[in-house]
Amino acid sequence: MIDNPVLRIIAKIIIPMILLFALYVQFHGDYGPGGGFQAGVIFAAGFILYGLVFGTEALRSAIPPGVLRLLIAVGLLLFAGVGVVTMLAGSDYLAYNALAQDPLAGQHLGILAVEFGVGITVSAVMITIFLAFAGRNDP
Amino acid sequence: MLIEVINIVLLALLAVTAIAAVRLHDLFAVAMMFGIYSLLAAVMFVLLDAVDVAFTEAAVGMGISTVLMLGTIGLVGRHERASAHRSLLPLAVVVATGVALIYGTLDMPFFGDPDAPVHQHVAPFYISESPSQTGVPNVVTSILASYRGYDTLGELAVIFTAGVGVLGLLGLRRRKRPGKEGPHDDR
Repeated sequence: MIDNPVLRIIAKIIIPMILLFALYVQFHGDYGPGGGFQAGVIFAAGFILYGLVFGTEALRSAIPPGVLRLLIAVGLLLFAGVGVVTMLAGSDYLAYNALAQDPLAGQHLGILAVEFGVGITVSAVMITIFLAFAGRNDP
Repeated sequence: MLIEVINIVLLALLAVTAIAAVRLHDLFAVAMMFGIYSLLAAVMFVLLDAVDVAFTEAAVGMGISTVLMLGTIGLVGRHERASAHRSLLPLAVVVATGVALIYGTLDMPFFGDPDAPVHQHVAPFYISESPSQTGVPNVVTSILASYRGYDTLGELAVIFTAGVGVLGLLGLRRRKRPGKEGPHDDR
């Protein structure tokens, strides 16, 4: 915990914007630069900034390590699961055309889902690595 | 003309930052130098019209890895110990490798050459067919998520493995060990 009011207030103002921007990058990746990987890193950066300013203990209570460990697996499973769904729909693994009646809608849905999976795993892994490094020095 | 000047200035700044990072002994300053290096590299990628790569470089190279380096500095201390050994042999190896790499680039096609193999293989197909096949305006996203979905799944598995590896090595919960525990105990 850093006892500097300017830093703390600026962090409180800026963290929601970082998270909102991460969501924009996540779901606007189809149209502009960005995608799941960048969004996941930016989302994690918001939490890491919180951890840097308010301490890793506060970050642990904001997002419990158990939830993070779960999310690491959930993202990868979501990506791999989309492939299973397309196979169940009678097509090849990760062939998104089978996800909807219209192939383009299927592609859109599939890309959105796998990018979301990438974002979840990447952000959870980044926060986990930060906690693993920065949390070792805690009293 | 202007773009050449900008490129030369950026490359010179990259070289200056790299040399400064090697020369400095204050690890905090070195971490900052690496951050600046990544930001300059991101600007280079923007100039090369690779905005997605630039985005990643800025977010990962400049953001996360700098924070991880700072976290590590917080554990191991801020100052580098003066090294006792001479660095002439490593310097010779690095110079030889660099010369070999530069020699290797002489056979590569020029930047932006439309006849380069990379522009003749599947890239034209992706660029012409991606809008009608996927309906996604950003061709980078359609290649990463759809055409090369297996690769991206593999990359995500790599990140997953990295996270699991860090969890296995460092752990999230501190185990209470008997006796005093300091940051340098492990070595």
